[in-house]
Formats: sequence, structure tokens, C-alpha cells
Amino acid sequence: MKIGVLVKQVAGSESPLRIDSNEKWVDEGSVDFATNESDSYALEEALQIIERSGGEGEVVVISMGPADRTPKIIREALAKGGHRAIHIQEEAPYETDPFMVASIFAESIKDESFDLVLSGLQSDDLGSGQTGVILGELLGMSTATLVMGVELQDGKLRVKRELESGWFQWVTLPFPACITIQSGLNQPRYPSLKGIMGAKKKEIKSIAKGDIKVSGTPMQEFSKLYSHKAEKRTEMIEGSADQIVEKMVDIFKKEIKAI
Amino acid sequence: MDILVVLEGVNGTIHRISKEALVAAQALGKDINQKVSVLAFGKDSANLSKEASGFNVNEVILVEDDNLNSYSADAYAETIKQVVEKESPNFVIMGYSYLVRDFFPKVSARLQKPLITDVIGYKTDGGKTLYTKQVIHGKLTVDIESKVEGPVLVGFQSAAYSADNLENGSAEIRTVAVALDSAQLKTTSEEPFQEESGGVDLTAADKIISIGRGVGKEENMPMVKDLAVALKAEIGASRPIVDSGWLPNSHQVGSSGQSVTPNLYLALGISGAIQHVVGMKGSKNIVAINRDPDAPIFEVADYGIVGDILEIVPKLTESLKNQ
Repeated sequence: MKIGVLVKQVAGSESPLRIDSNEKWVDEGSVDFATNESDSYALEEALQIIERSGGEGEVVVISMGPADRTPKIIREALAKGGHRAIHIQEEAPYETDPFMVASIFAESIKDESFDLVLSGLQSDDLGSGQTGVILGELLGMSTATLVMGVELQDGKLRVKRELESGWFQWVTLPFPACITIQSGLNQPRYPSLKGIMGAKKKEIKSIAKGDIKVSGTPMQEFSKLYSHKAEKRTEMIEGSADQIVEKMVDIFKKEIKAI
Repeated sequence: MDILVVLEGVNGTIHRISKEALVAAQALGKDINQKVSVLAFGKDSANLSKEASGFNVNEVILVEDDNLNSYSADAYAETIKQVVEKESPNFVIMGYSYLVRDFFPKVSARLQKPLITDVIGYKTDGGKTLYTKQVIHGKLTVDIESKVEGPVLVGFQSAAYSADNLENGSAEIRTVAVALDSAQLKTTSEEPFQEESGGVDLTAADKIISIGRGVGKEENMPMVKDLAVALKAEIGASRPIVDSGWLPNSHQVGSSGQSVTPNLYLALGISGAIQHVVGMKGSKNIVAINRDPDAPIFEVADYGIVGDILEIVPKLTESLKNQ
């Protein structure tokens, strides 16, 4: 089986964020980057699918992002067991329209003829949650989203989709398929020392985004990025740990009547 | 047609999230002077259309087709595409549930029209409509605009609007036919099922201590459990804790888990992603401790503490024991 996995580098969950002067994105100088969380689960699932089928096949890591920082997460994915990578090099301002992003991926990987393409269900930065599905549509693949379980059955793919509030649904798809993975369906591995050394020799094919010909222009655009207003007035409790605890207990007793 | 709200059914009735989206559409319709119509399709579509005919909408469009009796992403997407092509709405709106996420992007791809997702509000500015959503771990907000002519597809985030504000009225039902080729429907689905029923019921809890990524490692779990005993509280969690296997799924609070409304919700090391917040923002008193002063949890908290839970929690437990 030949599997492509889309991974994206995003601001980490505790990264400081400063809005850039153009009010369209953040100043990247202050950002701590990480691999998008659900993409890590997608990569792990791809590696396990290959392992379950006796090591037959290939996992190709695909990422779009700037040349200076994206190779870090690509190398990490290769160190975990990806066989080779495709890096679409993009410089700021980054594409935020999911249809354009999917079109660029589709054009870049159409000749690979993947049996299966995996990605996280959404990016933790833009969060449009559409790229995988639109990519599948553009490549004529079957699609499913929020996948929490993957089985190969009679030459088809049977996946467990998450619905809300503890509900699930099994969906069966023919190959080629493009599915998006929900966090939590496996335990992503750490790269081994041997994996890290081996990754240095693995192929990363770089393509400039400008060299990828896609038709059309962005259908949606960021108008303005800003900090939101709090929904409530929050009373901040400050002081040493002992003082904070004393105030909390007082609030629990007198204001909230919880004790 | 002006605004088309596409309804999702669940157990023969209209899904709460669809009603919330309809509330948003009714408000938008008033602001920009456009009429709101709804589309009912899928299993139990006749029942859904009857229910919808009691809402304050212009008309109810009903699609009935045997290919829609069980869920198929291709059939659902193709149905909406064909109705949009026939009726030419300016806006196509859905509540962005976990099912809708599976097929609404297909409609965007097939119509080549923009889909803006997890929208929490809108603004009208001159002739333009801007759609507001949260980005980058829910820490920042962005206004997005459509750059093309013709329909814009909008998916509203759960709980962005209250279904209680739905305006009732009466509307006619009109049947519209679609042509679905079963050879083009790639996937088949089984009936939805619920896992792990009989787990912890947090919905009735008076006090909940809820933990997130900030707990750091599994070895810190006894510290949390000690506090729960001292405070006589149930333990909830955000998704990363459940994903890591530190607590069973039944403890999860948020769109994937339970929606809770305790008197006290003590959030420990929870950043406050919107998927979590929708499940707990109805709590009467929210107290949040987080190292990150920019964590979005502080936006919904009544009391906030920027600090290290590993330092504060053991002291809090001791103090509560001595009360």
C-alpha cells in the first residue's frame, strides 16, 4: 500500500502569539512551532497500517510551509518511519483558503497515485477542517473524516467515524481513499536514535509553491485578525501560592458556596 | 432564493445544532433583508419538514430519495449541490456538527464555492458580510470574507447561537427532486452506536475538577484525585487527557463528550479550545488555573489564576482538608 500523509507545522498550544502589523497573521518571530496534533496521529496510523501488512508499502510525508522551519517536522516524521517526503515550499503570506491549499496538494501529488491519503482532521491554526475532504474530491478518492479506527476488509477500508457525545459510526470506503484522523486513535511513537540518524539520508523532494499551476484564485480571505474580548469579566486571583489558595478557599466558601 | 439553511436530522427530529444555525440565519436575514428557507432531506425527511414548517421561515424544501435513507457523504453532498444549483441561494448555512464536517466540504469542492467553518458570529459591513471564527488554538479571532460571486457556504460552530431564540411561524412545504446515481455513491455506512454508556455521569455533578494538558504527566494524576476527594468533586477532562489514556472517555467534557453545568467548574491546566468550552461554559462558577496568561479558558472564567497547578493544587487540597 502506498500512503501519503499530510503534516503541517503550526504554532504550539502554549506559544506566545503577537498579531502582525498587517492584522492578517501573527509575527512568526515569537512563535514556538510544533507538528499539528492530529497530523501526528495520522502519521502513526499510516506507519501502523504498513506494519500490519508486513512492512509492504511506503509512507510519503507531505508538507507545505516555509523553507526555513518546515524541514524540522518533515525530518521528525521521517525519523519516526516515513520513507520519503515532499516539501511544498511556501513563503509568507501563507495561503489560508482551504480550497486553494487542497488544489496545491492535489496538483503536487496526483502523479503519485496513492492508495490512501491521511491527514489530521483539522489544523490547530486555521482550523478549517476541509483540506483532506476537498483533496479527496479533487483526486476522485472516497473520503471520510474524524476517523477513530481503521480496518482493512476485503480490499476495502472500514473506518470508525466519531460523532458527538460518545457516538460513532462505521463507514466502508473503496480505495483510493482520503481520510482525516481524529486525535486519540493510537499512541504516536517517538523517533528512535536510529530513526533520527536514518532520516538524514531519506529523500525530501522540494517544490516551490509558485511552480505548481493551479487554476482559480482564493475564494475566501482573512479580513482582519484580532484578540477577542472576554465573554465574562474575570476576577484574577494573584499572590504567592499560599495567598492564592487562601483566596480560593474564601471564594469557594463565600461566593460560590461550594464548601 | 436568499438564505438556505440545510437541516440535519437526529432520531427523527431536527438536530439542536441545526436550530442554532437557523437562529443565526434568521438574525442575518433580518440584518440584510433576506428571506430564510430551509431544506429537509435524509432519513425521516418528511418528519423534519413538518417540524420545520412550524418555524418562521419563507418555505420548507423537502427532498425524498431512497439513496438518502442511510448516511452517504457523496449522496448528501450531491443532494445539497443539486438543490443549490436549482434554487440559487446567496447563502447556504448548516450547523457544523461532526457529521456535517464529513460532507459539507464536498459541496464546496463540487460547487467551487467557499465554505467558511466553525463560525461563531457575523458582521455586516456595507454590502459585505464578514464571518467570525477563532483560530490558532482558539487564542485569536479572525473575520473572513468571501471573494467570489454566488453562494457562500457557512458552517456555524455548536452553541454559537441559542436554539431557544428560534422564531416560530408557519411555512409551506415544497418537494424538490434530485437525481442521484447510486454508482457515484462511493461509501456505505452502518447505524450510529454509542460507546461506553454507563460511565461517569458528569451532567448531574455539583462540583467538577477538570484537567487538561497542563497536568503534565500521568504521575500527577493522584494529586488531582486527592483534590477531588477533598472537594467532594467529580473529575472531568479535556480531550488530550483522554487521548493519552489517563482517564476513560466517559470523563471527557466538550463536543466529543459531555455537556456540564455544575455550580463549580475548576479547570486545571485546560487551555480552553472551543471544542471543550462548548461543553462547560454553562457552568455557574468557572475557576481556571493555567500557566499561560493568554489561555482562552480565562475568557470564560469567573475567577482566573495564572500559575502552576503542581504548586497550587497540593496546597489547596491541604487547606480544604483542614476546613
